[in-house]
Amino acid sequence: MSVVLETKGLTKSFGGLVAVDDVSFQLQKGELLALIGPNGAGKSTCFNMLMGQLPPTAGDVYLMGEQITGLKPRQIWRKGVGRTFQITATYSSMTVVENVQMALLSHHKDIFRYAPRAHKMYHAEAIALLEKVGMAEQAERHCAVLAYGDLKRMELAIALAHDPALLLMDEPTAGMAPKERVALMQLTADIVEDQQVSVLFTEHDMDVVFAHAHRIMVLNRGALIAEGDAGEIRNNPLVQEVYLGGGTLFAEEDTHA
Amino acid sequence: MKRSTFLRGLAVTAALGMLPMAGFAQDTIKVGEINHYKRLAAFAGPYKQGIELALEEINAAGGVLGKPLEFIFRDDQGEPGEAIKIAEELMSREGTVMLTGSILSNVGLAISSFAGEKGYVYLASEPLADSLVWAAGNKYTFRLRSSTHMQASMLAEAAAESGANTFATIAPNYAYGKDAVAAFKAALLKLKPDAEFVAEQWPAVFKIDAGAEVQALERAKPDAIYNVTFGPDLAKFVREGGDRGLFEGRKVFGLLSGEPEYIDPLGDEAPEGWTVTGYPWYDLKDGPGGDFVAAYQARYDDYPRLGSMVGYMTAQTIAAALTKAGSTETEAIRMAFEGLNVDTPVGPIVFREADNQSTMGAYVGTTALRDGGGVMVDWAYKNGGDYLPTPEEVKALRPAE
Amino acid sequence: MEFFVAQILTGLANASSLFLVACGLSLIFGVTRIVNFAHGSLYMLGAYIGYSLMQVLPGGVGFWGSIILAGVAVGIIGVLIEMLVLRPVYRAPELFQLVATFGVILVIQDLTLIIWGPEDLLGPRAPGLRGVFRIMGEPIPKYDIVLLVITPFVALGLWYLITQTRLGVLVRAATQDREMVGALGVNQVWLFTGVFALGSALAGLGGALQLPKGGADLLMDFNILAPVFVVVVIGGMGSLPGAYLAAIIISVLNVFGVTYLPQSTLVLMFIVMIVVLMIRPYGLFGREEVAGEHGQVGEPEDPIKPASSRARLIIALGIAALAFLPLYGSSFSQVLATDVMIFCLFAASLHFLLGLGGLVSFGHAAYYGGGAYVAALLVTHLNSSMEIAFMLAPIGAGLAALAIGWVCLRLTGVYFAMLTLAFAQLLWSLVFQWGDVTGGDDGLVNIWPSDWLNETTVYFYFTMLFAIGGILVLRHIAHSPFGYALRAARDSKRQAETMGIDTHKVQLLAFGFAGLMGGLAGALFVFSKGSVFPNELEIARSFDALIVVFLGGVKTLAGGVVGAGFFKGIEETLTRFEYWRLVMGLLIIGVVILAPNGIVGSLRKFVRRLRGVSEGEGA
Repeated sequence: MSVVLETKGLTKSFGGLVAVDDVSFQLQKGELLALIGPNGAGKSTCFNMLMGQLPPTAGDVYLMGEQITGLKPRQIWRKGVGRTFQITATYSSMTVVENVQMALLSHHKDIFRYAPRAHKMYHAEAIALLEKVGMAEQAERHCAVLAYGDLKRMELAIALAHDPALLLMDEPTAGMAPKERVALMQLTADIVEDQQVSVLFTEHDMDVVFAHAHRIMVLNRGALIAEGDAGEIRNNPLVQEVYLGGGTLFAEEDTHA
Repeated sequence: MKRSTFLRGLAVTAALGMLPMAGFAQDTIKVGEINHYKRLAAFAGPYKQGIELALEEINAAGGVLGKPLEFIFRDDQGEPGEAIKIAEELMSREGTVMLTGSILSNVGLAISSFAGEKGYVYLASEPLADSLVWAAGNKYTFRLRSSTHMQASMLAEAAAESGANTFATIAPNYAYGKDAVAAFKAALLKLKPDAEFVAEQWPAVFKIDAGAEVQALERAKPDAIYNVTFGPDLAKFVREGGDRGLFEGRKVFGLLSGEPEYIDPLGDEAPEGWTVTGYPWYDLKDGPGGDFVAAYQARYDDYPRLGSMVGYMTAQTIAAALTKAGSTETEAIRMAFEGLNVDTPVGPIVFREADNQSTMGAYVGTTALRDGGGVMVDWAYKNGGDYLPTPEEVKALRPAE
Repeated sequence: MEFFVAQILTGLANASSLFLVACGLSLIFGVTRIVNFAHGSLYMLGAYIGYSLMQVLPGGVGFWGSIILAGVAVGIIGVLIEMLVLRPVYRAPELFQLVATFGVILVIQDLTLIIWGPEDLLGPRAPGLRGVFRIMGEPIPKYDIVLLVITPFVALGLWYLITQTRLGVLVRAATQDREMVGALGVNQVWLFTGVFALGSALAGLGGALQLPKGGADLLMDFNILAPVFVVVVIGGMGSLPGAYLAAIIISVLNVFGVTYLPQSTLVLMFIVMIVVLMIRPYGLFGREEVAGEHGQVGEPEDPIKPASSRARLIIALGIAALAFLPLYGSSFSQVLATDVMIFCLFAASLHFLLGLGGLVSFGHAAYYGGGAYVAALLVTHLNSSMEIAFMLAPIGAGLAALAIGWVCLRLTGVYFAMLTLAFAQLLWSLVFQWGDVTGGDDGLVNIWPSDWLNETTVYFYFTMLFAIGGILVLRHIAHSPFGYALRAARDSKRQAETMGIDTHKVQLLAFGFAGLMGGLAGALFVFSKGSVFPNELEIARSFDALIVVFLGGVKTLAGGVVGAGFFKGIEETLTRFEYWRLVMGLLIIGVVILAPNGIVGSLRKFVRRLRGVSEGEGA
């Protein structure tokens, strides 16, 4: 197995507050790795540093051995990293398929072309991607009218458009009904299986995490406190204390809905 | 040129429907008058009344070339581009024989350039810019009113005799203000080479910060001040300057400041003892000037402004030119304008062949308060011809034909 | 030293009215997010109403009573404007209200002219306050001292209102988070009305209070607008302390500018604004504008589609009808059509930026006038041929747009818009001031096309080729990958960046491209008129384009062109009537209320409703 993503001593402080504290981990090819932790543990900050939205205070990020610290999101994307957001942002003035086509246009470096008709470009490829997430029949709909779950699936299709080696998914199932959550994560797991993509995701729903993650990391107050498979994490006293101390069990905790 | 009469009829109907101001399509000689009726209503209104008074007199006396003379008044919003479009419409669709109008120099310049290019005669009635007949002059453009150069030279003459040695100027920060200061300086230094200019203030036009300007002028401690501000700027300047004692013991020379348009809104706060150019209609009792004042007051129950007289003279001039031309063909009118003599309320004037500028002059006098308002006293009419460069000098100023 | 103190006192006195008007504007913006362009008109009304009251009410009590009553009266007018004009359009797309307030300006201008006449009114003196106090030997008008003293009290009163009362709590809450006010169970509608009334009253107070220092005239509304916006932006939109500080900074700097750099009177405040925004992008006390956080973005835009074959046929027929105009129309109708086409291209170039890019430029005249001036300068100073000048004009305008865009794109939202305005003003001042080269406001004349073009019909075809060609190119680019990327950057910058799109580059290029097309329109303009003057660079010209784009429909591809054609045609007809601004203003307000999606957008909605299509999938 080869290492796709690696962080060494990743740290972010805002003023005096250390949001992410010396986080180091590795992600293997084809692995579905979950990053969990209570609210404010630093998961999103961590994600934002991986994707270049935030510069780290210290530490480095390596993608397939290459240091990518400090690169801009669009440069990291070009190196083969896809990302979905906790709060989905789409191009609300476009159709579903056009949203996907945008990613393909960017991937094929066609953004600065002025003559061709964009809606005809990479249409078949976009439909194929939508088929993968089960959205093909909704391809021509205006994305502003989509149901939330469909939007998330569309986002996944977009993230896969440039055939990434790594997918970063921030709370992929937030705001979805339990049934939809399972379906979306199953879809993700299938894709990981299929294409040997690596996935790092954060998640609140422990059922989702325990059912699908190959490996789980627990973040608390910016620091990694545990790592292991579902069983190990469940039985880790430190993790239990964090979650119990936070007043919650491994249950529904949908504050982001 | 035979086109569908239906379409033409439609166009005419549409044109009439759109033109509530246009007169009858009868057999009159039409002149296109373009002005800023809306934007400078306080100035354009009396001007238009002056034209209408003259037209009534001319037409009562049988019109010109046996036909009634008619002006078509159009509003350009003070926009040069709009004025050109209207000029085109007047000449190509309304059947006007020539153009006149404008108060703002930039609009006048735009119409002038257009007229020169298309070969239409344009009588610039009120714009003051020197370049209109000199640097940007052309053979189709004639100017009636005495220009910035002429009026500034008149004041410079008075300034040279005033005994003042150091001068400060205050003028709106745009072309008219700059021309007015440059002309005054040049004329004064010619007459009094040791005159010294110790401060130049340039408030943005209609946005004067009067308190600050007055402080800056006071700081330079000049013997005399040359003022070019007008309108609301003048009111603020006079008030702040009066309050802060700027004018005490100083000579002030005010361009246009004595025109009723500018001095009347100041009411009893009008400055006293300024040497100004203006229009003392209240003292004009006899001769053609007095006759005009009397006729105007009888007709409108209002007193004439300077613009009223310029409007009156505009219509007189055009009637004289058409009569002299004996035709409404452009070339004939243009030729008629060259060297044209007109008898006007200020006396006879001539349109110089060298630069198409008329010799209309200006009244120069001293301001005083009378019955709670500003007036000019000890005034004299200065003939504009005496303040113009010679035809030889002018030749160098105008572009080659 | 004495002189220095006297200057500062003069500056502080000048700051008084400026602060009152500016804090009203800031307050209104902070709570309602409305950029109230009619604020200058309210100031003007305050002056006129105050003047009339002072003619009736005698003595000192009458004078001060008149000022307060003028404030109250303008506050009531503000309530009427808010209820009749703005309330119906709160749900409309962002900045659409701005267009409504522009309509209000026109209406108030004509009503003022009708009621008070065209003559400037000299403001009455404050009883007992004629003359000066000597402060360190320097004469300071007594009324200046009074203003100096009053302003901090008004500021303190407002501060008390905002920080210590329940109304203030609501206002602050609304400034920070609109949703929260709703959650507090407050009737947001009446809060908006109340704030608008207060802001208007402050403007009216400012207008009446400056009477003894000047008077009332019909140019006051526009003249105060620029400085007031500069003050509000420098202070930070929505911040009262910011407005106070900025009013003082601008006024005092201006006094020193007048003394030490007398020629600076046109540009000083815009330079200050640019400098402040470079250092603090959201003004001294402002905070970042987050697009859409105020719930004013309106419905998402429909997906765009290439025109259907039927639409193409209609467009082709329209172009053909235009092409045959010389056969059935008069020479003047061709002149008119030339004007309209040039304006349509100008509007379309702004619409490209505004509609597709979501970049609200308040200074688009910089490129239109800029293009015209590039051509005119080349002809005047280098004697270049018309053809060369015509080609270089759009390039010059495009390069200017790239440079200005590069600076402005660091900012977002209203601050971005104001910075584009500041640069346009800077360019205007440069042209206005630099008389030796640009002719100042006497402009550049005799800029006529080459002989082969110098005939109305030929130039009409020439314009048609470039204007309609330009519009079609713009439209084509909207459908190209670049056009899509521009919309993507507008819809979600974050998403676009995480998909490898360099949004800054996309937006900058769009800026340059819109500038290029604006410059092309300017070049067509200058050779059609034969002259160019600084008014082609004025704020008013920028707003002509802005208004028609909004009225035509920002969120539609055809909006800019349709709006431009429609309003240019209407203006052509209306300006022949005396009180055309009143009618035009009412018409704009009418369109804003009846067609909140613009003419094209609302028509499309209407058609769709007729067809019974519910989702966003209609053409």
